Amino acid sequence: MSKLLKISDLSIQYNSEDGNVRAVNNIALELEAGETLGLVGETGAGKTTTALGIMGLVPNPPGKVVSGKIEFEGRDLMNATEEEMRMIRGNKISMIFQDPMTSLNPVMTVGEQIAEVIEIHQDLGTKEAMSKAGEMLELVGIPAARVNDYPHQFSGGMKQRVVIAISLACNPQLLIADEPTTALDVTIQAQVLDLMRNLKKEFNTAMMMITHDLGVVAEVCDKVAIMYAGEIIEYAPIKQLFENPCHPYTHGLFGSIPNLDEEVSRLTPITGLMPDPTDLPTGCRFHPRCPHAKPVCSQQTPKNSVVEGEHRVKCLMFEGLVEKVSINEASSKEVG
Amino acid sequence: MLKYISKRLLMLIPVLLGVTFIVFSIMYMTPGDPAQLILGESAPPEAVAELRTDMGLDDPFIVQYGRFVVNAVQGDFGQSYTTKRDVFSEIFARFPNTLKLAGVAVALAIAIGIPVGIISATRQYSFIDSASMIAALLGVSMPNFWLGLMLILFFSVNLGWLPSSGADSWKHMILPAVTLGTSSAAIITRMTRSSMLEVVRQDFIRTARAKGVSEKKVINKHALKNALIPIITVVGLQFGYLLGGAVLTETVFSWPGVGRLLVEAIRQKDTPTVLASVVFMATTFSFVNLLVDVLYAYVDPRIKSQYQ
Amino acid sequence: MSSVTSAAKPVGLDKPKTKSKKRSQWAEVWRRLKQNKMAMLGLMIIGVIIFCAIFADVIADYDTVAIKQNLKARMEGPSAEHILGTDEFGRDIFARMVHGARVSLQVGLIAVGIAILIGGSLGAVAGYYGGKLDNVIMRLMDVFLAIPSILLAIAIVSALGPNLFNLMLAIGVSSVPSYARIVRASVLSIRDQEFIEAARAIGADDFRIITKHIIPNALAPVIVQATLGVAGAILSTAGLSFIGMGIQPPAPEWGAMLSGGRQYLRYAWHITAFPGVAIMITILALNMLGDGLRDALDPRLKS
Repeated sequence: MSKLLKISDLSIQYNSEDGNVRAVNNIALELEAGETLGLVGETGAGKTTTALGIMGLVPNPPGKVVSGKIEFEGRDLMNATEEEMRMIRGNKISMIFQDPMTSLNPVMTVGEQIAEVIEIHQDLGTKEAMSKAGEMLELVGIPAARVNDYPHQFSGGMKQRVVIAISLACNPQLLIADEPTTALDVTIQAQVLDLMRNLKKEFNTAMMMITHDLGVVAEVCDKVAIMYAGEIIEYAPIKQLFENPCHPYTHGLFGSIPNLDEEVSRLTPITGLMPDPTDLPTGCRFHPRCPHAKPVCSQQTPKNSVVEGEHRVKCLMFEGLVEKVSINEASSKEVG
Repeated sequence: MLKYISKRLLMLIPVLLGVTFIVFSIMYMTPGDPAQLILGESAPPEAVAELRTDMGLDDPFIVQYGRFVVNAVQGDFGQSYTTKRDVFSEIFARFPNTLKLAGVAVALAIAIGIPVGIISATRQYSFIDSASMIAALLGVSMPNFWLGLMLILFFSVNLGWLPSSGADSWKHMILPAVTLGTSSAAIITRMTRSSMLEVVRQDFIRTARAKGVSEKKVINKHALKNALIPIITVVGLQFGYLLGGAVLTETVFSWPGVGRLLVEAIRQKDTPTVLASVVFMATTFSFVNLLVDVLYAYVDPRIKSQYQ
Repeated sequence: MSSVTSAAKPVGLDKPKTKSKKRSQWAEVWRRLKQNKMAMLGLMIIGVIIFCAIFADVIADYDTVAIKQNLKARMEGPSAEHILGTDEFGRDIFARMVHGARVSLQVGLIAVGIAILIGGSLGAVAGYYGGKLDNVIMRLMDVFLAIPSILLAIAIVSALGPNLFNLMLAIGVSSVPSYARIVRASVLSIRDQEFIEAARAIGADDFRIITKHIIPNALAPVIVQATLGVAGAILSTAGLSFIGMGIQPPAPEWGAMLSGGRQYLRYAWHITAFPGVAIMITILALNMLGDGLRDALDPRLKS
């Protein structure tokens, strides 16, 4: 299968008052048609910026893509003109954002907002577009009769469905979903995820699911990329990630999930905070927070090491420069 | 919708009553004897006293106020102390002139303010943005009567292009309208700019861009419609300033409106005319605000829903 | 791990505050204000005007220069002896303008002071106690707001008589509603926060809560409004004097000076032009400062 999306060596920076924010640093990832990639990390890891980079929506100023290639269906989007990008947005690549409460235009009906994307990219008149909009509403579980209602007349979960309807109206090849369920109740979250999964299957849409929630990842994704301080520090097919997480950060993420079966007196978060993107640590970006860090970690930046097949990780332990600790043993020592 | 309008109309009544009460109370404190004023300095005291009783000037305050309101509602604002003519008809004759002036001024202000504000917002920090903002700052800082006089100096006295007084032709309207409308135009420009900047930051604008909507449509369709909401409020408020400012502008240009009538009435201590003029202007302003509220409901569907 | 990120914001810039919060807040505001060149220019100009107002008597003696008529030197243009020329009564325009600064500033500051005192108290009470009291006060403010403020001021001055004190009172009273609204909005935004409940729990009475907690938080928008309010008051003063409702002659007031020169516009336009420029520069400076203060105090920039 030829790759739908191939990103190589992408770096994006923001020029701010406090310095140069290095939001995304030399990342690489691939996506096939119909696949779902999970992009996981804490707030500030660079996930949204990556997504905006693909869409060509990084606000400029102050943001700038300083290097890299974004190949979509064979062509490099970095060379595309604004006009060409506009034809891609909403049409071949769609993006949905995190907060449904503010993502919809309050003075336009939901029908108009869905019909708009159809009118722009497909050769349909207004009437036909509106009727197709009604169909899309039905598809996401909202009665077509509500096509003339305004966003404020819908609940949060339903608003997000409208957003999904808009994003899928032109049957895009790739859907980027930036934390689509974070702002929703857990029960609604399950419904929306279900919806997305079914639609994805029906239209064979590839998806990039940005999230901080490993539970969501487990449900929906085929591959996972873990982001930290603007870099992808671990990248694996889903099974391999859950069975054999390699990077200490990944371990920390898993370890901080409360376990239903175990009884513990305290949760185990990862100590410390995300680094200041204007002042990143030297060497391995994670070393200040890593329980297994050695002096060499602050001096040398890890490169990608292959663990197995498509599973790769950026950690000096896997380059043979640091003694590999049996991580499970080490973490249980910490908890005690 | 009709329910909304009638509800607002009903709420207007206590406000207008309050206005009449306040203005009446203020004018009540005017020193001097109106009867003496009407009859003149040399009138015999008995005649003055008789006139006072006739006019009800010796009645308690509340009675006088009550009488005023009852009469006002029927369109009777009494007679001018100086011209002896019916106050209501005097005002009514001049009122359309003031309305016309304020109307043209506000139209000018909107026609200039909104487009310039949009351009400034979309080209933030560019030369045209800085130039507009400086111009707006100047516009807000100029006393309108001074601007009027300078315009007269330039266009009437030196160039002789435009007349400086009266209201006979459309040419007479230009300088007064520009004078009156300048500070409003400046304020509307600033408000439009900041409102647009605010809206463009919102998430739904990002959604629109992610859909592939052209930047022109993003600004003119998605952003502007949302930005209009606070702009409409400001335009409504500006109308109040315009009615007040008309007093000065009409004086400068000898424009035959209520403003000039008011100034003359004050000079001559003609209380009924002062009272009626202020009440008239306040009532007009209240109705304009009502209109603005109704317009709101049309532009913002969230408000429309509240009243359906 | 909450994750409300907006795409356009560079993340990771929020550092935990280590300094004493209150002191650094005002220093931060001042620092931001200093960066705004227009605001600083405005501040400087206002400084010059205040200087003129305070030292008016030193610059030009009141009785001999500003008031005394000199009919032989009527309506002369700018010259070495009279920098800005003389007016229709032969008086030095520059001297009168300098003294006019004193009048304008006086009225501006005191009128706004009255408005803040009355309006602020009303707004604080309305916002704090809520309920019926709030309703009554705000309805009253609505009534006042229905009358264009200059008309209200005109009515008051025409009833009480045109002099300095009544002018200040009239303009002050007509500005009350906007301060009432601002303070009320501030109070409402804080009233239900938990630290107020905490203060009550340790026995603080209402007065103390209002003065110690609520008013400091309302300061920022009031300061901005006050700066712009002084500008508005000066404009109103000039306007009222222009139609004869303000300071009475021979006292030098910018608006009155404008009015006096009106009939000689054709051949002695300097009598009208210069005082108007003075008004404009003053208002301009105040507006620039007010804008700068608004930006510097913008709560959204405080992270």
